[in-house]
Formats: sequence, structure tokens, C-alpha cells
Amino acid sequence: MSLIFSAKRFFSFLVGILIFSTSFASEHGSEKKKEFNVGEMIMHHVSDAHEWHLWGGHHDAVSIYLPVILIDGGLKTFSSKHFYHGEHAVSMDKKTNGEVEYVKGVGPAAGYAMYHEEVYKLENGELSFEDGHVHGAVKPYDFSITKNVLSLFMGAILILLILSNVARFYKKNGPVAPRGLAKYLEVLIVMVRDDIAKANIGHKYQKYVPYLLTIFFFIFINNLLGLVPFLPGGANLTGNITVTLFLSVCTLLVTLVSANKNYWLHIFAMPGVPKPLLIIMIPIELVGILTKPFALMVRLFANMTAGHIIVLALISIIFINQNAAWGGLSVPMALFISVLELLVAFLQAFLFAMLSALFIGAAVEEAHH
Amino acid sequence: MGLITPDLGLLFWTSLVFVLLLVILTKFIWKPILTSVNAREQKISDALELAEKTKAEMHALQAANENLLKEARAERDAIVKDAKETAVKMVEDAKNAAKTEANKIVESARATINTEKTAAIAELKNQVAAISLEIAEKIIRGELSSDEKQKALAEKMAGDINLN
Repeated sequence: MSLIFSAKRFFSFLVGILIFSTSFASEHGSEKKKEFNVGEMIMHHVSDAHEWHLWGGHHDAVSIYLPVILIDGGLKTFSSKHFYHGEHAVSMDKKTNGEVEYVKGVGPAAGYAMYHEEVYKLENGELSFEDGHVHGAVKPYDFSITKNVLSLFMGAILILLILSNVARFYKKNGPVAPRGLAKYLEVLIVMVRDDIAKANIGHKYQKYVPYLLTIFFFIFINNLLGLVPFLPGGANLTGNITVTLFLSVCTLLVTLVSANKNYWLHIFAMPGVPKPLLIIMIPIELVGILTKPFALMVRLFANMTAGHIIVLALISIIFINQNAAWGGLSVPMALFISVLELLVAFLQAFLFAMLSALFIGAAVEEAHH
Repeated sequence: MGLITPDLGLLFWTSLVFVLLLVILTKFIWKPILTSVNAREQKISDALELAEKTKAEMHALQAANENLLKEARAERDAIVKDAKETAVKMVEDAKNAAKTEANKIVESARATINTEKTAAIAELKNQVAAISLEIAEKIIRGELSSDEKQKALAEKMAGDINLN
């Protein structure tokens, strides 16, 4: 996770890279380690986790262990420390016959195992694998405060802090020219109201402005937070399929709830289309209802995840070559992509709100034939 | 693959946080902000409209003022003209009156002088007559002082009357 906002951070980042690379090199020299696996490292960084890794590697890693909350015949809560400092276990894959490493929980986590950040219930003391996947084990309902959930909380708090400041300004001063934070955020708020809501929905736009504003700021702030390479940023929240799925389902629900007769008429009895053709048209239109939010979901997920992956991959050049000098190549490129990601962070938030408004607009549009 | 598999726990937390956020933001944040922004926009457009109206009013007022000024100027000119005329007339009148008075005075003086003259002449005549009478008396007395002289005179007078 590396986004550099200013030259100052850029240099501290460079220093960090150098320190990291030397420690990595020495570690590599002294201990017998696995080859540096770029794919694994990247997947680890863009995926959710039960810990918030701060710095260090392997045994000297410093992390915040997040609470694990399981519903498995009652509520079970314990620190994820009991997994990360648990019992390392190895199983044979039944299909590929390769070794698969996972961890068994100790203490309060006893009876559970974690593999690729997923919690499984141990049936007979160990997990069995088939084709690289856990086979036959039951997964308890996992409501853990994971890295993404914590990032979500922090994002929500940040949004509330920033926007309550703006709201307070207006409450105190009434309808005056904006100053301070309000000056910067009002541009965005007015943009969502005028260019997104009013332009796409029409005269009934007012009802949808709060939803679109919330969607926009939720995505925008969390996108930006995801670009900050250290706490409170670094989680790939808006690049998580669950989050984008939820947001697009929200848009779908808003669209369907506000849809008028004209909208359904266009789906079930497209005016001007011959009756026999409707047999083809109706399924297409029905699928169309779902493809629109599906595209929303994939767009946000893919854009944010891809941004994170590119930055990580560029930084990995240094570690693949095990030479800090490669920073001369990878850092400028990562910097360029990071700045580009700033634009993407805004653009994706804008697009999501824009397309949501467009879909809502199509649903509330009056007939004009 | 974990990357594209939705996760129940995260879905739960996301929906909880998002719905709470939506409710809180809508109620306590978007509402006051949007109300204020709308009110301000309304205020600005009202102010602009008012300014436009005021400008038009100012124009009208200016035109009215100009008219008023023009009228006032015309009136002033008329008043000044009148005053001038009146002054001239007054001077003329005064002149005429003075002339008439002077003439009257001269006339009366002349009349007085004539009367005085006439009186003086009459008096002079009377005196002359009186003196003449005296002289005649004296002469006659002298003439009649002796008988001869009386006789001569009577003869002479008789001679004059005869001649007539």
C-alpha cells in the first residue's frame, strides 16, 4: 500500500523502502526462507485479514490483532492473536499430494483453524484439503472485526468528522459564503446535487440527493483511505467485492423501489415492439435490471483492486531483484500510479454516484411518447 | 478465490455502517447543508433580481430627475424673465410718473408765474395810472393856477373838440 501525497512522505517512504529491503536481504541471508512470492504478497495485501500488519516480517512482525467474532452455537469472541500465534499445522492435499500449511487456534480459539484468513471449525483435529481448497470443514458465521471492517469504521468516523464540521459551519452561519472546510466540500456537494442528481434524475431529484451524496462520500473517502499506505489507511475496502456488492445492491433497491409504471412497462411491454418479440425482450430486460448494478459492482472492485495491485507490483520489483537500487525505477513508477490512483479514487466515486443517478433517473422517468 | 467471494461478516458490518451513515448523514448533515446552500442560492438570485430592479428604478428615477431639473430650469428662466420684465416696467412706470409729476410741477409753476406776472402787471398799471393821475393832477393844477391859463386850456380843448 503505497501512496505518496507529498514530497515529504515520498522521502520517508523511500527511506522506509531502503530499511525494509536491507532487513529483508539480511533475513534472507541468515535464515532459510521461501522465495519471495509476489503474487502471494499482493493477494495478501489486497485481501481482508484478521490482523492489521504494521511493520516487520515473520517472527518480528508488529501487528494489531483484531477481535474474532464467531457465531457457532453461541457468540464466541477472542483475539486473532490466538490464530497468528497459534499452532502451525501441515496437511496433505488429497488431490495434488502437496503440503498445505494452516494454523490451528490455541487458547480461546481452540477447535478452530484459519487458512487464508478464513476460519474453519476443526472436525477431528485437522483440516483436510482437496485441490488447494478446504474440504468438508464447517465454516462458522464469521462476524469478526477484520481489517476491512476496522477500516470501514474509521472511514465512517472520518466522514462524520469532516462532514459534521461542514454542517456545523452552516448551522452556525446560515446561508453565507462558505469558509474553511465547507469551502472545499461544498464544491463536491453541489456537484453531486447539480451535475449528478439534477442532471440525471430530473425534477424529482431532491429525494435522492442524500443517498447519492452518501454513496459518493462513502466511496470517495474510503478510496482515499485505501491509498494511504499506513494506519488508518491501507485496507482495500472499496476494492472488496462484498462492499461493492452491497453498494450496488443498494442502488438496485433504490432503483426498484422508486421505479414507476413507465419503467415496468418498458420491461414487460416495450411500446412499439411486436408481441412475439416480447418473448425475447422480457428476459433481456429482466437481465438488464441486474447487469446494471453488476457492472457497478465490478467496476469499482476492479478499479480499486487493480490500482492497489499495480502499486504493489511496482514496489515488488525491488524485492524480486533484492536490490534497493531498483527503487530508482520502481518508486517513480509507483509514484505515478499512486497519483493516478488519486484521480481514480475521485473518478470511481463520481462514476458510481453518476451511474446510480442515471439508473434512478431511468426508473422515475415519465412516459413521453 | 477469496478475492471475488463475498464475505458474510463484512457484508453485515458494511450494511450496518452504511445504513447508519445514510440515516445520520441525511438527518444531521445533508439536511442543514443543503438547506443552507439552497437558501444561499435563493438569496443570491433574489439579490441579483433586486439589483436589476433597482438599476431599472434608478434609471427611471434618473430620467425623472432630469425632467424635473429641466422643468425647474425652464421655470427659473421664466421667473427671471418675468422679473426682468417687471423691473423694466417698474422703472419705466416710475420714469413716466416722475416725468408727469415734473411736467405738472413745471406747469403749475408756469401758471403761478403767469398769475404773479399778471398781478404784477396789473399792480404796475394801477400804480402807473395813479402816478399818471397825480402827475396829471399836478399838471392840471399848474395849468389852472391862473385864469389865463384856465381860459387858454378851455379854448384849446374847445378847439380840439371842434376839430373832431
